[in-house]
Amino acid sequence: MSKDIKIKKGLDIKLVGEAEKTLAEAPKSRTYVIKPSDFHLVTPKMLFKEGASLKAGEPLFFAKKDESIKFVSPVSGTLTEIKRGAKRVITHLVIEADGKDTTVEFPTLDVATANAEAIKARMLESGLWPFIKQRPYDIIASTKTTPDAIFISGHNSAPLAPDYNFSLKGKEAYIQAAITALSKLTSGKIYLGVAKAADSVFANISEVEMHTVSGPHPSGNVGTQINKIAPINKGETVWTIAPENLAIIGELFLTGKFNPERVISVAGSGVKAPKYYRTKIGAEVSTFAYSAGVEGDNVRMISGNVLTGAQVAADGHLGYYHNEFTVIPEGDDYELFGWNKPVFNKISSSRALTFSWLFPNKKYDLDTNTNGEHRAFVVTGNYEEVFPLDIYPLQLLKACMVQDLDAMEALGMYEVAPEDFALTEFVCVSKQPHQAIIRKGLDLMHAEIG
Amino acid sequence: MGLKEKLHGIKEDFKGKKMAPAFNALHTFLYTPNETTHNGSHIRAVDDLKRTMNTVIMALVPVLIWGIFNAGYQHYAAVDAANGVIREASLFGNFFTWDNFTMGAITVLPLVIVSYAVGLAVEFVFAVIKGHEVEEGYLVTGMLVPLIVPVDIPLWMLAVAVIFGVVIGKEVFGGTGMNILNPALTIRAFLFFAYPTWMSGDKVWVHGAKEAVGTPDAISGETILGSYAQNSSVVYDFTDKFFGFIPGSVGETSTFLILLGGLFLMFTKIASWRIILSAIVGAAAMGLIFNGVVDAGWITESSKFYGLMSTPYWEHLIIGGIAFGIVYMATDPVSGAQTNTGKYWYGFLIGFISIMIRVFNPAYPEGVFLAILLMNVFAPTIDHYVVQANVKKRMKRLKLKTA
Repeated sequence: MSKDIKIKKGLDIKLVGEAEKTLAEAPKSRTYVIKPSDFHLVTPKMLFKEGASLKAGEPLFFAKKDESIKFVSPVSGTLTEIKRGAKRVITHLVIEADGKDTTVEFPTLDVATANAEAIKARMLESGLWPFIKQRPYDIIASTKTTPDAIFISGHNSAPLAPDYNFSLKGKEAYIQAAITALSKLTSGKIYLGVAKAADSVFANISEVEMHTVSGPHPSGNVGTQINKIAPINKGETVWTIAPENLAIIGELFLTGKFNPERVISVAGSGVKAPKYYRTKIGAEVSTFAYSAGVEGDNVRMISGNVLTGAQVAADGHLGYYHNEFTVIPEGDDYELFGWNKPVFNKISSSRALTFSWLFPNKKYDLDTNTNGEHRAFVVTGNYEEVFPLDIYPLQLLKACMVQDLDAMEALGMYEVAPEDFALTEFVCVSKQPHQAIIRKGLDLMHAEIG
Repeated sequence: MGLKEKLHGIKEDFKGKKMAPAFNALHTFLYTPNETTHNGSHIRAVDDLKRTMNTVIMALVPVLIWGIFNAGYQHYAAVDAANGVIREASLFGNFFTWDNFTMGAITVLPLVIVSYAVGLAVEFVFAVIKGHEVEEGYLVTGMLVPLIVPVDIPLWMLAVAVIFGVVIGKEVFGGTGMNILNPALTIRAFLFFAYPTWMSGDKVWVHGAKEAVGTPDAISGETILGSYAQNSSVVYDFTDKFFGFIPGSVGETSTFLILLGGLFLMFTKIASWRIILSAIVGAAAMGLIFNGVVDAGWITESSKFYGLMSTPYWEHLIIGGIAFGIVYMATDPVSGAQTNTGKYWYGFLIGFISIMIRVFNPAYPEGVFLAILLMNVFAPTIDHYVVQANVKKRMKRLKLKTA
């Protein structure tokens, strides 16, 4: 089997404000926030009340459906507030850091000799489990199923994405330890997709089947790689883990400490000096945003990348799974004759008086304007141009919208995650919310079929 | 306070009210809205439905202008012919003249105005009643309709047909994007079946021909297809047919301009090149089969099919409405096939069936609109089989794994 995966369909969205490869220490954050909404379909059961003092790595809550899945505090401090939203759903857990960094310590584990049960138990008790996502459904992995394979994408092709070869430098040993440990939890193989690079941090990783991926985004999406290497069939389960989380998993095995460190790229045209920052999961975004400088007031701050990230307020916090922070201008303004005049400064997948096809290497300063109103699906064939999976995207979206479970299953719903539809959403002429449609469809399937 | 702020104020006043879609439809023509993305993809490509539709209209404008001049030209040419003067067409000598333009404009522009006014009124009413935004589908339909009707059609007839086409062809299914049939062709089909005497025959294609019947000034207004169907000789040469100095529906005559429009639409990726290309191949294939039948001697001059069957396959592509239909109507993404593989089949069958209907139905030798409507109905079936192939592949993969 070929080890190279070449993607032809796709779109590289080149944006202004790529992070310069210098690493800065983000100022210490005063508060840290864990948002249970980051853990899709998890209903939290709190272990502490407001005012409790916590150590870093101490479990804050567990999942209602599976008590063994624990979620831990990234820092030591006081749980000052449990914010609740509609129907008393917990939305934010605010932890005020005490600056002492007292951490829960576990005995180290020799991953080479430890058995699967020991590894699994350690991952569950130390709060590492939520880093493992599973497909189908793109949720935190079930503790009861053994995955048929584990997929890791060591290549991030999203716009303005951090370069793993920079952000994970020096963590090779941790990543290797995590892979060694995880290889005991699957009945199949661990697949690692990497980009061709001279100084790849993944160059010497063993116990994996390595694939070189190339081509435009979404070549780095793990969903694309799964589809090209070993597509998921009905009844199968695969795990996916982001490399930055492998580093945290491996570090806990080797040192016994939960270290929620993130090297994130702070990027986007709204950032004055885009570069990399060392910070922690759940830290205040203002600590690094204003250190790097933000242009103007009318900006969209995004925890994550521009295609899949979550909007955060200026006093918001970094999401649990995010390794990027992006600032782009808001587009809440009208544009005179914006629908018919020739456009040079925005990206388009067509050539209808839009000229981005002339300048394939130009970097664009895009804002958050939808460039048009929401419409019914009309245009066909344009999703396929940016969708490399062997799936019919329009038909699957429609199946989700009409909640046709049989059609969803037949058309490949088990293989996809919302992020796979980020590019089709970007090019959508009808401005439909593809990722939300897919998420709802997956939730429906999970509830009905499970 | 500028215009932008004033309009923004009005929009806020309308928010949540019944008439909001009507105001927004007009507002968004001037300004693209201030809507921003929420979670999901925070940036969006510049293309929206208005731009898509506008591109098609731009490709139609040259055809419309030609249609206006040609309406005048055909009228005067027919008048001359009735008086025994044979005209030689010349682009600047007797085609692009002020007389032709004014005569064409007073016959064609009312069609455009009625089509848009009636159709958009229906769209606005439905948008306000159902509380959704006015969708842009009718922008193209409204432009297509005047181009596919005979010049002398009474305006009331057009208005009735437009109401029927938009309501039954589109709105009952849920509006733009939900319709099964191409609305412009639904309108055309309604006219054809409701008022057949007006829509066929040889007296509706040239302005003034109907009124002159029976008078000493009677003029002939026969289309080329009509001539072929009656096995009579055709007086137009290749240049006339290709560039469009011929009688016919307003927009269908100039294959040259349609070709340019088609190339523009394919280049801008608005129209599917798969459909256009395969439709041309399909039409040529059917034409070649008929030519072969004639060459083999199975059909002789005594047959009533001989005229159109012996027409060279390439000539079928430049006479009648087939080029117009393929470029502007078969490529409608809503009523056409939606999968890339399906588009090849869909286009091929449109071309193939168009020529077949044209040859075997001499009473009304314009097959393309019936062929497209027929394939509109079968497009979901084609897509079904294409998608099933993907589904089967997935099932097979599952079986291999479990076996």
